[in-house]
Amino acid sequence: MTALHRKVWRELWQLRSQALAIAVVIAGGVATLLMSLSTLEALQQTRRAFYRDYRFTEVFAELKRAPEELGAALAALPGVQQLETRVVAAARLEIPDFTDPATGLLISLPDGRNPELNRLFLRRGRLPAADRDREVVISESFAEAHHLQPGDGLAAVINGRRQRLTVTGIALSPEHVYQIKPGDLFPDAKRYGILWLNRSPLAAAYDMDGAFNSVVLTLARDAREGDVIAALDRLLAPYGGTGAIGRADQVSHSYLEAEFQQLETMARVFPTIFLGVAAFLLHVVLARLIATQREQIAILKAFGYSRFQVSLHYTQLVLLMTGLGLALGAVGGFWLGRVLSELYADFFRFPWLDYRLLPSHLALGSLITIGAALLGTFGALRQAYRLPPAEAMRPEPPARYRPTLVERLGLQRHLAQPSRMILRHLERRPVKSLLAILGIAFACGILMVGNFQQGAVRHMLAVQFDLAQRYDLAVTFTEPTSRRVLHELAALPGVQAVEPQRQAPVLLRHGHRTFRTGLQGLVRGGDLRRVLDEQFEVLDPPRQGLVLTDFLAELLAVQPGDTLSVEVLEGRRRRTSVVVEGLVREYVGVGAYMDIEALNRLLGEGPAVTGALLALDPEQRPAVVAALNRSPRVAGITDRLAAILSFDETMARTVLTFAFISTLLAGSIAFGVVYNSARIALSERSRELASLRVLGFSRAEISYILLGELALLTALGIPCGFLVGRGLCWYLTVGLRSDFYRVPLVLESSTYAFAAVVVMASALLSGWIVRRRLHRLDLVAVLKTRE
Amino acid sequence: MASSSRTADDTEIVFRAQALTKVYRMGEVEVHALRGIDLELPRGEFVVLLGPSGSGKSTLLNILGGLDTPTSGQVICGGRNLVAAGERELTEFRRHLVGFVFQFYNLIPSLTARENVAIVTEIARDPMPPEDALTLVGLAERLDHFPSQLSGGEQQRVAIARAIAKRPAVLLCDEPTGALDSQTGVVVLEVLERINREFGTTTVVITHNADIARMADRVIHLGDGRISTIERNPDKRPARELSW
Ligand SMILES: Nc1ncnc2c1ncn2[C@@H]1O[C@H](COP(=O)(O)OP(=O)(O)OP(=O)(O)O)[C@@H](O)[C@H]1O
Ligand SMILES: [Mg+2]
Repeated sequence: MTALHRKVWRELWQLRSQALAIAVVIAGGVATLLMSLSTLEALQQTRRAFYRDYRFTEVFAELKRAPEELGAALAALPGVQQLETRVVAAARLEIPDFTDPATGLLISLPDGRNPELNRLFLRRGRLPAADRDREVVISESFAEAHHLQPGDGLAAVINGRRQRLTVTGIALSPEHVYQIKPGDLFPDAKRYGILWLNRSPLAAAYDMDGAFNSVVLTLARDAREGDVIAALDRLLAPYGGTGAIGRADQVSHSYLEAEFQQLETMARVFPTIFLGVAAFLLHVVLARLIATQREQIAILKAFGYSRFQVSLHYTQLVLLMTGLGLALGAVGGFWLGRVLSELYADFFRFPWLDYRLLPSHLALGSLITIGAALLGTFGALRQAYRLPPAEAMRPEPPARYRPTLVERLGLQRHLAQPSRMILRHLERRPVKSLLAILGIAFACGILMVGNFQQGAVRHMLAVQFDLAQRYDLAVTFTEPTSRRVLHELAALPGVQAVEPQRQAPVLLRHGHRTFRTGLQGLVRGGDLRRVLDEQFEVLDPPRQGLVLTDFLAELLAVQPGDTLSVEVLEGRRRRTSVVVEGLVREYVGVGAYMDIEALNRLLGEGPAVTGALLALDPEQRPAVVAALNRSPRVAGITDRLAAILSFDETMARTVLTFAFISTLLAGSIAFGVVYNSARIALSERSRELASLRVLGFSRAEISYILLGELALLTALGIPCGFLVGRGLCWYLTVGLRSDFYRVPLVLESSTYAFAAVVVMASALLSGWIVRRRLHRLDLVAVLKTRE
Repeated sequence: MASSSRTADDTEIVFRAQALTKVYRMGEVEVHALRGIDLELPRGEFVVLLGPSGSGKSTLLNILGGLDTPTSGQVICGGRNLVAAGERELTEFRRHLVGFVFQFYNLIPSLTARENVAIVTEIARDPMPPEDALTLVGLAERLDHFPSQLSGGEQQRVAIARAIAKRPAVLLCDEPTGALDSQTGVVVLEVLERINREFGTTTVVITHNADIARMADRVIHLGDGRISTIERNPDKRPARELSW
């Protein structure tokens, strides 16, 4: 090892606490980068393989009922590579030892075999045998939620008929990687499952003998999806086709896409912040080091080290600190990626998940990190490169101070001498002070992001379930039913209120923009299902016209007063124009709402209902559920309370994990910034402070001069951090906006408080460490050294 | 007698400075540190540079050593014009031909005595081992001490060991005894004398101390950026006889 290398290592050791503080910040950046990249890679890689090997289809269409012969005509459409027809039905499920309402999606399998498209991955057991009507394969998450094994039994109420089923296998499908009940906010594996059974018995139970109500297909190599969808829609329209969709609108696929996008955002935002702060800290430390080593640089140059060798020497120091951060970050990133992938494995059901840290990601991470480090220290390194040796022999000229703004404003008589020193010092290095404030602000901001989601979700739940969906149970009927059913429901003991529901699938069109959704009828003055305006005031549906979710209005580019063309996708398939009367604030899903009477007129079908909303006496809830379960007309029951509880439970774990990690990381930023600022200030001013001690200032007084500066930086950083945090949260919510949900930019005061407290705690900790150094300040040694 | 101690044939001129000027500009003010210096330094000569503070001694030494560039004029060393040389050539020049000793020792605090010397020998062409250099200055017992563990005189001797270890053609010393008491100063001067004698190293020593001039071959007096007088010292004394 050369003497110059020894110098690097010894100085690294001398700077170890600062180096470590910086390395931790770098590690935060590397870890978040590697975590998001490797998780993204694992999910994408796995999805690609799963989609390919299990032949995930590209177009999906649902219809009311079409004869099987039509299948051949559909398959012959240009652009279709392979097509399968099938029967799909929703059913109420009865699971042993589980009394809450549960819904199943029943999908037909070609009798006795795996389909050609959207093939099942059998985790355990086997497919239903060809001639066994009662055998069923169930989705893995559902099986796990109820501890169901092959051989166990359950019952499904299909079209009002109860059927006993026996589980023969547990499977996963590329079509249902994400299993969420349409309209739900969150997956609930206990109350929603996918069941696959032979086509013959399912068709028989669902009046689909020799017919189908669902089509899936793959596209020929150069087919245009839009063309195929249009052709399919034309052929299916007479059979009650509700409009074919591509993968982009397929629920499971689009949730995955949204998640991937979020990971990409994460891979961009967090590493940028961390590495930016790290670059700043490296700059500060290195600039100070080079300033104190002017003479050593001059010596090296005087003895024939080239400018390049000298700057390389300092670059090595930077690279060592960076390397330490990289190593910590790689380990942390690998571990965090694992944790995150495991969290994801609960939401996204893949047969396998290939998680590993790719060398290419590691290389990319290293490249970005080293790039950031060198960019941050470029100025200081250039200083070392340029410093003329003769110049460097002379000590640095005394720093130029000037009266501060406060003094120029004439306020100095309110400030004691030490306070003036603090202000002058800060004002002398405005850029550095600003960057330190910014660093603290970002730490504060990241802390807010960590807690923001929790608060936002609580707000979403409050709006959704306390203000809008206030019912206890939502019942859907197997088909539009006369309003008499409402009286029957109201007569059930324990039912306190009943309101009708009417829903119809529609295609909304404005100019060239279209959107498929459900048009819901609301009761004017209703209490169980209400819609809210922008101010969260209850909005009564207008007698004429409709109201739209604000996000849908954006998608369709309509404003109140505009006219939409509405095409009903069932029954008589009427087309009319309707005026948009207002906008509805909704965070979950998108929809269009009308007065239920007006909707019935629009549909031209008389006063029918498709479902009912119930308010219950909580005591009697199991009895009501049991009664509904016995009713053949009831197709599905949704339990609002259960949805909230399961949501809370799942969310709590995810949120806690994330909040813990982000608190740790952001705390390290705050500590890194404050601690390094303190150490630099100590190094810059130890002579001055020691002189003051000699002049008779007490330890407390000189501590005040040094730590007061940090306190001021922190105090200025926190409010800026609130702004930064708001900005970051805003950026995240924009990235998260989809038809499924929009996370509102709601920041609870506890979120602000938490961030401020953690920043202050990190600042106090670093202040305390520096103060111990300050107390040990060796007056003689400090004053003896030549600056 | 000027010509008796050397003849035109056997004297090799190591340095030849011609019409050197150096002007520092500080905003509006111009400081003329050097106002036209002509100087020749033959191989093996021991020169003492005397002059009041601010007369331009350090400036001249820095320019001779390739640490600084003059505003005008030429410095020829071994046939090379240092003024026209690029950064790379200057670096080579300093690396192989020049040794510096500074008033404030300027050791690297994070390196031991041995390492402070090694840092120079590692890049030189034909250096002596750092241990030998330190033995020469009488510090064989202090090889692994850090600068903070050495006295001022010891530190200065390490600085000298560092400067001579590469066997430089010229040794440039800017007030090497300035911070030392007379006794320690003599020890340091003895080392310089010995190097000059044993290796034939051309040596330039800046000092405020006229006593030191007694050990020189030639004494150059600087005043206000000009050479005021050059005296040849007919009665060269060994360093050990000096005291002040
Ligand atoms: N970087 C600089 N900028 C401006 N003026 C300078 C600079 N360096 C030196 N000077 C001026 O040049 C003149 C000569 O300086 P120099 O350091 O060579 O003096 P010196 O003879 O070595 O003095 P001393 O005995 O005090 O070390 C002085 O007037 C000094 O103020
Ligand atoms: Mg000088």
